[in-house]
Amino acid sequence: MNIASSLPSGGDIHLLHRLRALQDRHQHIPPQTIAPLASELGLPVSQVEAVIDFYSFFHRSPRGHFDILFSNCTSCGDLVLMQQLCDLLGVVPGVTRADGLVSVDQTSCVGMCDQGAAALINGRTLTCLSAQQLPALAALIHAGTPLDEWPAEWFAVQDNIRQAALLLNDTLSSGDGLRAAVQAGAEQLLAELRQSSLRGRGGAGFNTSLKWQLCRAAPADTRYVVCNADEGEPGTFKDRVLLTRYAQQVFEGMALCAYAIGAQHGFLYLRGEYRYLLPQLEATLAEMRTANLLGENILQQPGFNFDISIVLGAGAYICGEESALLESLEQKRGVPRVRPPFPVTHGYLGQPTVVDNVETLLAATHIALHGGQWFRDHGTQDSSGTKILSVSGDCMAPGIYEFPFGISLQTLLAACGGQDAQAVQVGGPSGTLVSRAEFGRKLAFEDLATGGSIMIYGAQRDLLAVVRNFTHFFAHESCGFCTPCRVGTPLLRQYLDKIASGHGTAYDREEMARLGKLVKRRSHCGLGQTAANPLLDLLEKFPQVYAERLLHQDYEPFFDLDAALATTRTLTHRDDAEAHLS
Amino acid sequence: MSNMFFIDGQEIAFTPGQTIMDAALAAGIYIPHLCHKPGLTPQGSCKLCTVDVDGRSASACTLPATAGMKVDNNTPALQEVRKTLLQMLFVEGNHLCPTCLKSGDCTLQALGYHLGMLDGHFPPFYPLREVDASHPDVLLDRDRCIVCALCVRASREVDGKNVFAIGRRGANARLIVNSPSGKLGDSDLAADDLAAHICPVGAIMPKNHGFEVPIGRRTFDLHSVAESDVATPVTLKKTEHHDE
Repeated sequence: MNIASSLPSGGDIHLLHRLRALQDRHQHIPPQTIAPLASELGLPVSQVEAVIDFYSFFHRSPRGHFDILFSNCTSCGDLVLMQQLCDLLGVVPGVTRADGLVSVDQTSCVGMCDQGAAALINGRTLTCLSAQQLPALAALIHAGTPLDEWPAEWFAVQDNIRQAALLLNDTLSSGDGLRAAVQAGAEQLLAELRQSSLRGRGGAGFNTSLKWQLCRAAPADTRYVVCNADEGEPGTFKDRVLLTRYAQQVFEGMALCAYAIGAQHGFLYLRGEYRYLLPQLEATLAEMRTANLLGENILQQPGFNFDISIVLGAGAYICGEESALLESLEQKRGVPRVRPPFPVTHGYLGQPTVVDNVETLLAATHIALHGGQWFRDHGTQDSSGTKILSVSGDCMAPGIYEFPFGISLQTLLAACGGQDAQAVQVGGPSGTLVSRAEFGRKLAFEDLATGGSIMIYGAQRDLLAVVRNFTHFFAHESCGFCTPCRVGTPLLRQYLDKIASGHGTAYDREEMARLGKLVKRRSHCGLGQTAANPLLDLLEKFPQVYAERLLHQDYEPFFDLDAALATTRTLTHRDDAEAHLS
Repeated sequence: MSNMFFIDGQEIAFTPGQTIMDAALAAGIYIPHLCHKPGLTPQGSCKLCTVDVDGRSASACTLPATAGMKVDNNTPALQEVRKTLLQMLFVEGNHLCPTCLKSGDCTLQALGYHLGMLDGHFPPFYPLREVDASHPDVLLDRDRCIVCALCVRASREVDGKNVFAIGRRGANARLIVNSPSGKLGDSDLAADDLAAHICPVGAIMPKNHGFEVPIGRRTFDLHSVAESDVATPVTLKKTEHHDE
């Protein structure tokens, strides 16, 4: 029996996959397909409707036959290019051209920060886009040339591994970690993991052996392993490279976890932006089944049955939050759950579940082979081992860097040629904005914790524009569950827009800070709790950036009378000087 | 000491598994709330019941009480937080109290009085939202919806149906109806369902029953939201509306 075919929700029976197929075929989700799909999958119509509108990659009205989404990330985005392409194609961003041929819009970071500008076209990744290339690209669209006949190099994704250490240098043979583990037994595997002091690489840093132990101890018949590959934090792309070059070891890490906790099913939740990886990942899984590293009685261990299915996300940053990810796996909107209970006791389908980051599982495979002490010998007291960093922005050599935990930011900047930075965003928009004066700080859980995103900003960057970009990102990605985040993130966006446009007063700045602290302290999950970090960090570390933009008066209303007259101008077909105020 | 904890210094008993909110209500202590109704699965989304538990922020309606826990509830700082959250709920929707049938019976409005909210403070969103008048007995006016999902849970957990859900994302989150057309009239909602009566604001209203109780004699004209919530025992069953 093939376990994969009996998994509760993988393959063609998962709602997200069915909706993706409909979107691909019809350029939108046709209304008449919704009720039959709901009935076929045994779901309420409202659940299907809610899921369609929750995920950015599903649409209610047809997108173009060529549907292009430009990243709006500060590292891999270029909205000037987007506008240039729109001009060449005669389209308005977000509006499908009348002949249905093409649509252009923006999307959150696509994880190509080391090789921007980047965009998705019909779900496929375009990298290293340049203004010179756009006329040729527009011509291919006008000619209706299928993407398979486009220059292959436009879609090429480089790994850009610049600095390899413990994990990236080591070329394990297939099954090494798993063989070592089954020889030593599950207890010994957990002991080695405990000895390694491995902490979760997604950013939160929970002790991995403790997580596995808690899941193993939770009373249940069924347990699950989930690999969180929903790498959505802008500026992060390490999991993309790990799943390109080291997928087999990541899957092996999942099997190790399954062995330790007694799980039979596992899921790789892959962000929709990385769907180009799907064929090679499926091929890797197939090879592992053939090699008896997945399937039944793995490595001739009676009763060690485990298989993995891949579920593809559809454009929702919040699904990187582990409980939102589980909701998404359960074919629902990605809304974070109330915790406690935690996934280790109440996870997928209410069963004990380990959710681990891609890099954590890769490290586990190495630890299974080399032992805990080998890992423990690197890094710092509180942060053992190495960290794989995604470096992007204003530096000479963006790419992947693996360093022991505890190196200073200065060391990293020297390695990547980013010494001239005025600021670095460590950990992505949800992390910490670090000024030049703090470049001696250490990358480690006890100082600058990071899931791996390092975005470098040179002297010429407008930091207010950067922070505004991040604040727009959070408002766009908020799931809308709790009041502070649902209402607070759009309000913070409004305050920043007002200040950036030169209409903000000192009062607006103070109100923004007050609201920011409330959103940070009172939100339901990590998204809301970190959404105000960029604007609060900027206020603390670069107060002049705000001060330079402020109006020197007590109060300026949000209401803009001239802007409010836009409708009247449209109705009267006037746009002359006298139809405007001042 | 076992099975006792503290709210604003007052010692409170709890039964294991009981939330801070339920233990507080049982002890006659009011913690402001909108998305919570004892008997329905707590959700913890409106955050009006935000308390500080040993210095950390938590939702009283979802966090189980534990022995010795020290909860700050009725403090000036927390009341200010709640007032701000309330202002956020007001500016997010289109809440026009003077013309709203629910005025005087509306928990959102009553909390505004309770917390001393005098204005919306923030720039209003003026969202465009759909009114659904397709049902013969029940009106759905999304302008007033605060996405508390009480109707969603009442329908599933008490009525044994699944009439409502929350759709879309972020500030666009909306109450949607589980019917092929998305219209209330095509759903199996009945006039005496709890889901048709549980709305704390004026989003789901009975038709043909306007102004039966004159303004000035409605629930919150006579009682503060704190009194009525603590004093009125809540039993959740069809046709009963605890504001009545």
